Amino acid sequence: MSLLDVKNLNVDLLTAMGPARAVRNLEISLERGETLGIVGESGCGKSITALALMGLLPDNATTEGQILLSNEDLLKKPEKELCTIRGNRMAMIFQEPMTSLNPVHTIGRQVMEPLRLHRKLSKSAAYEEALQLLDRVGIPNPKERINNYPHQLSGGQRQRVMIALALSCSPDILIADEPTTALDVTIQDQILELIQTLVSEEGMALILISHDLGVIAENTQKVIVMYGGTVVESGSTEQIFGELTHPYTQGLFAAMPKLGMGRRERLTTIPGTVPDLINLPPGCTFTDRCPLMTSQCGGTIPPVSNLGTHHKVSCHNIEQAIKARTGGLYQ
Amino acid sequence: MSKTVLEVTDLVRHYPLPKERLFSKPRFVYALNGVSFKIEEGKSFGIVGESGCGKSTLARNVMALEPTDSGSVKILGEEVVGKSFGELRPLRQNFQMVFQDPFGSLDPHHSVGRIVAEPLAALAPLSSDEKKERVADVLKSVGLKETDIGKYPHEFSGGQRQRIAIARALITRPALIVADEPVSALDVSVQAQVLNLLRDLQDQYGVTYMFISHDLAVVEYLCDEVAVMYLGAIVEKGRTEDLFASPAHPYTRILLDAVPKPAAGMKRDRIRLSGNVTGQTEKRKGCSFQDRCPMAKEKCRNETPELKKMSPDHFAACHFSKDLMSL
Repeated sequence: MSLLDVKNLNVDLLTAMGPARAVRNLEISLERGETLGIVGESGCGKSITALALMGLLPDNATTEGQILLSNEDLLKKPEKELCTIRGNRMAMIFQEPMTSLNPVHTIGRQVMEPLRLHRKLSKSAAYEEALQLLDRVGIPNPKERINNYPHQLSGGQRQRVMIALALSCSPDILIADEPTTALDVTIQDQILELIQTLVSEEGMALILISHDLGVIAENTQKVIVMYGGTVVESGSTEQIFGELTHPYTQGLFAAMPKLGMGRRERLTTIPGTVPDLINLPPGCTFTDRCPLMTSQCGGTIPPVSNLGTHHKVSCHNIEQAIKARTGGLYQ
Repeated sequence: MSKTVLEVTDLVRHYPLPKERLFSKPRFVYALNGVSFKIEEGKSFGIVGESGCGKSTLARNVMALEPTDSGSVKILGEEVVGKSFGELRPLRQNFQMVFQDPFGSLDPHHSVGRIVAEPLAALAPLSSDEKKERVADVLKSVGLKETDIGKYPHEFSGGQRQRIAIARALITRPALIVADEPVSALDVSVQAQVLNLLRDLQDQYGVTYMFISHDLAVVEYLCDEVAVMYLGAIVEKGRTEDLFASPAHPYTRILLDAVPKPAAGMKRDRIRLSGNVTGQTEKRKGCSFQDRCPMAKEKCRNETPELKKMSPDHFAACHFSKDLMSL
């Protein structure tokens, strides 16, 4: 039994234009102490996945499938029970440290809130614990800083406060949704290092969501690549980055400017843009941008092929995709 | 012999902070403290640095969008600092700007045709047929269709909107385009399309770019020369190949090290930088990077390092560049 088992999760968002299929047939399994990366472009469903796991989906969302946390289905639980899980057994670090902290409360009060609520600490005990947490995430002078308001802190420090908040109840699963996208590279480096150390010290599981392949490659053990709400490729980080297989993964990797590449070569581009989730083809979501597209792609859902122990790829034309690894698919 | 399109000399810009008390001394944000560089025709000049280092202030001052405290900005030999709005207007056709956010920089009430044609107003009056033709031409050159003229910005995706913004900058056939983080709001696959477009347009029209970005890989891909900024000053500049292969300033080295690399695997050895950018509001003695520099010594706290020549086209402002390069 895994710590987290997501089975056949579907999330639809009802919009004025019709239902947007934000997540389709998602499968995740995560053990204690494992780190999982979810990578993809905007609109691929990675943030909706995170919100679905936390039970924070907007009101217009409908879900199907199962999210099993230690064999209990979170989708069937009433809101009241979810409140005891959220922040306690599962915690989340949001993308924007600027907007996800409450500007009218001191950071001390915000870090103390989950401690008082979930761990039922007294005010003074929570205060002491909050001081320790702030110290642990590397906020200098926690005694003074605890009375500061979010606007008095820099972006990196605010993200540290968010991490302190998420860690306060030692959750089993930490979900970090683009935790460093709003930060500079040097600060990003510090924050990712901090998350890594804390995760390995506490032995919790981490789900790291990012559009940056570099961030994912350096900080996770397993990866799933999402496109248009579906998982196109999944496996261990080494397998995925060693043997890019799905046409989308290959394209995404080739399109990214890499340090040391120089200016001689041209960047490879994937033609077209990210799909509209309302009018997705019934089959493979990558159909209209894929160089290997054949007549069956748009109509039928591609089969999942196993390449090695855990490396799974959903593609109709898997053989051609494997052949194209070396040659470059998008010339 | 190539000519110089942009020449910036000793540019200074200090923003006054609100006074805490009526009789207290005025305080400033020292956003630019004497920046000098030159860009030759048809080249791309990249500017990198963390937030708060003055990159965007530099762009706004080069574009004459705000008053400059001192220094000079010459575009095609013509001084733009200190000119009035009216005097600048006819000059603006020579330098145009592309902004970071393609959602905020296009007026949602205007059609694409009107947005793209707007800079033409600064030129001698054109007939509407001529205008239409120029708009259609420029839209074609950025990869949009003629039929897009009547559409509105909300009908386009982020990458297409950035194409519209580039078309707007391109329509006056400027010598210089200042692009402030033009691809950082875009997805990876779309970012590659826009970067390739910028390169093609340069080959086709010979435009010069001043390209601001925090993404070093993007700068390496697009730019011939790079300047690294820290606290309102250039700490290192040179040809991209030289600067990226053998950085002569510890800050450049650390920035390069901090970029996560997808091929490198889980563990990398590197120097880590602690702390944040601090000290924008104080004038201080010595090197601006002294607080965060892993190799700071007594000398760094007392003497401000000048930009020194390391090799013919490579300059760095560090007392210990030689030591760093031999590491």
